[in-house]
Amino acid sequence: MEENRILEMRGIEKSFPGVRALRGVDFSLNKGEIHALMGENGAGKSTLIKVLTGVYSKDNGKISMPGAEDIQIHSPQDAQNAGISTVYQEITLCPNLTVAENMYIGRGKGVITNWKKMNEDANKILRSLDIPATATQQLASCSIAVQQMVAIARAVDMDCKVLILDEPTSSLDEQEVEKLFGLMRDLKSRGVGIIFVTHFLDQVYAVCDRITVLRDGTLVGEYAIADLPRVELVAKMLGKEMDDLADIKGESAGYQGDIVDDVVFEAEGLQSDAGIKPFNFYIKKGEVNGFTGLLGSGRSECVRAIFGADRILGGKVKMHGKEVKIAKPLDAMKNGIAYLPEDRKIDGIVGDLSVRDNIILALQVLTGFFKPFSKAKAQAFAEEYIKKLNIKTASADTPIKSLSGGNQQKVILARWLLMHPEYLILDEPTRGIDVGTKVDIQKLVLELAGEGMSVTFISSETDEMLRTCSRLVVMRDRKTVGELSGDDLSQNKIMETIAGGEG
Amino acid sequence: MNSDSRFDIKKLLSNQLLIPFTALIILCLINLINDPSFFQITVGTNNAGNTVFSGSLITILDYGSELAILAIGMTLVTAASGGQDISVGATIAIAGSAMLRVLCGGNTRPDTLAAPIIVGFLVACIVGMLCGAFNGMLVAIFRIQPMIATLILFTAGRSIAAWINNNELPIVPDPKFAYFGGFIPGIPIPTTVFIALACIIVAALMLKFTNLGLYTQAVGINESSSRLNGINPTAIKFISFMILGLCVAVAALIKVSRLSTINYSVIAKDIEMDAILAVALGGNALSGGKFNMWASILGAYIIQFLTTTLYKFKVDSAALPAYKAVVVIILVVFSSPVVRQKLQQFSNKRAAATAKKEVA
Repeated sequence: MEENRILEMRGIEKSFPGVRALRGVDFSLNKGEIHALMGENGAGKSTLIKVLTGVYSKDNGKISMPGAEDIQIHSPQDAQNAGISTVYQEITLCPNLTVAENMYIGRGKGVITNWKKMNEDANKILRSLDIPATATQQLASCSIAVQQMVAIARAVDMDCKVLILDEPTSSLDEQEVEKLFGLMRDLKSRGVGIIFVTHFLDQVYAVCDRITVLRDGTLVGEYAIADLPRVELVAKMLGKEMDDLADIKGESAGYQGDIVDDVVFEAEGLQSDAGIKPFNFYIKKGEVNGFTGLLGSGRSECVRAIFGADRILGGKVKMHGKEVKIAKPLDAMKNGIAYLPEDRKIDGIVGDLSVRDNIILALQVLTGFFKPFSKAKAQAFAEEYIKKLNIKTASADTPIKSLSGGNQQKVILARWLLMHPEYLILDEPTRGIDVGTKVDIQKLVLELAGEGMSVTFISSETDEMLRTCSRLVVMRDRKTVGELSGDDLSQNKIMETIAGGEG
Repeated sequence: MNSDSRFDIKKLLSNQLLIPFTALIILCLINLINDPSFFQITVGTNNAGNTVFSGSLITILDYGSELAILAIGMTLVTAASGGQDISVGATIAIAGSAMLRVLCGGNTRPDTLAAPIIVGFLVACIVGMLCGAFNGMLVAIFRIQPMIATLILFTAGRSIAAWINNNELPIVPDPKFAYFGGFIPGIPIPTTVFIALACIIVAALMLKFTNLGLYTQAVGINESSSRLNGINPTAIKFISFMILGLCVAVAALIKVSRLSTINYSVIAKDIEMDAILAVALGGNALSGGKFNMWASILGAYIIQFLTTTLYKFKVDSAALPAYKAVVVIILVVFSSPVVRQKLQQFSNKRAAATAKKEVA
């Protein structure tokens, strides 16, 4: 092991039934270093972290720390004993206890607690780390950032050599993030090695020394921060080389013909309580556009705001130039807006209900509480769309939860198509479904646009968006940072815009 | 032919009415063996001099009807909120007490009615719905667990009921008032049966001509998804508690009518447990979601069947809950996912075995 190394992981393998989550991943961490672990969802970041913290046990590979070749970590307790501590995205402390109690909970050796000493010790650590909290304060009375810091202080006091911060900044505002960075730099100067997992590119470049990029369970590479410009980082995360995608552009050219200059929907300074900055947006009749950006950039939050799915805090919304009020989903539906949500299981399907009830749900609600469809009519609707979208189900009576993911998604799509919306929003309609269905859905989107429907299409796979959209709104860190159309619609340009000017 | 019978077994096992019907058959058999006269219906004269039917089956119909009315509301509350209202008995006391206060005008022994019966009943309806609205507010708006939210009225309800009439026990002077919980002259069937029938018809119409069923189930299964489809989950939960409040008012009318007065600490005692049991016995998940109203109503009559059977076996009324508990245990265990899965596996295995035999 090299000098200065504090942790080395070699050839880590981990499989779950049907998935190889990690394939021979290497990772190393130096003393006094902040090391970013990057990758899109499903890249294997969390699996690697969980192997390191003993939540999962690895199938193969070696973990070494100074003075201990090939250490075995089988439980979080083992990890802690080895000096590896983790602070998670959600605070895992007890908000109803005091700061000091939270720092020492579960660590006492005897049954008797010396409260005075505990509080004094806690205060000493808090002061030394410059954390604005006192030992006897109730944790819940601290801000989220300070709670996060207390969790870190707890980890530090447990004599940790390796500190893992798993998306610690996702619920913090800018100033709080700055405070947290201060603490991280402080720990770094004391020789702690920090593994920093985040989706925010700016933050990576603000505090980190090195970056390890994972994709699809494999190691893409390890880079010094100075050697990896943002654009390349984005390219490495998405798995696209800068120049190999020019040919895709041609496919989408044919679908821009029949766009009429009628602005169907327009939003000005729209803002919701989901944490996005106010944004402007419009879509024309027969247009297919999309929001793009990395995960957590706020693309879903934008379309949720359009549909009134989150609480609207401000902004003006117009349909065909006339101002309308959209405060809740029903308002949007009445204005002819349909929304297929990102998370099919949580926001989409009504699991125990039949395919038929799931298909008619939105139109039924729109029709009214006192006007239920007759059974025959509902059945006819269901059968029409089961045939149209080629949904594979035993019958219209089958509970939707027993269908495959792709077919469930088609049912939800059928639900909204049945409403004959003017404006259809599809948030990740192709996630987690088979390739055949993905192509079906993309074709359908273009077909619908050809008939004059306006469609907003969001997908993590940029290829899909390039193939379907004629205009892309680019998002970074919860605000819109650019808009691309025409010749600018290329993988390279998208990545440049996502990465920001400094690339 | 073999394949047909196999199909039937599978279908039967998955049918929601399997449990209540099995329970009914077992109860019938036990009574048949113990004392066949259980099923006898005799014609006699009651205290008021009316010709009426009597017998165990009539008792079951009579008291089961109270439960059936409550089961309608309890089914909706369970489906929408995924929890149960345990304040039903106490709110029956409140609604009944309010009705007495209106009918007797504050006198303990009035000579005439202070207000028409219909006015008294309407007041009971309003009070019942107010109680429902209170529970509904705690559950739907403040998102308190239904059992905890309704614990408030469960605890305080009977005191409130007593306070409404200054802890007096007024007696309704009009003999007509006794019709609701007894018999109407010339009709030998208990009035409660007709009241329950009316409630069931109203419920059936409501489920047929509105989307209450679809909305309630959608909210109970996936609140977030329902909201994104334009349903207002808060309103649906609230409405379900209001409907239960109405059911409570009807039950209060019957309960008070039976005595023409009220006993604050005893009236409708533990009735909420029977109502919840009816929903469960009907095979409805107590965690909410999909429901079958008719199964709950059938469940209500079966619970009463069980109670009456236990009385026939000379079980002391104080010991009754212990026996019912045994039934609950069996019920809950049999409808648990673990056992259901095992049964499913068993029937699949059998199907596979017979299929193999056919091939051979």
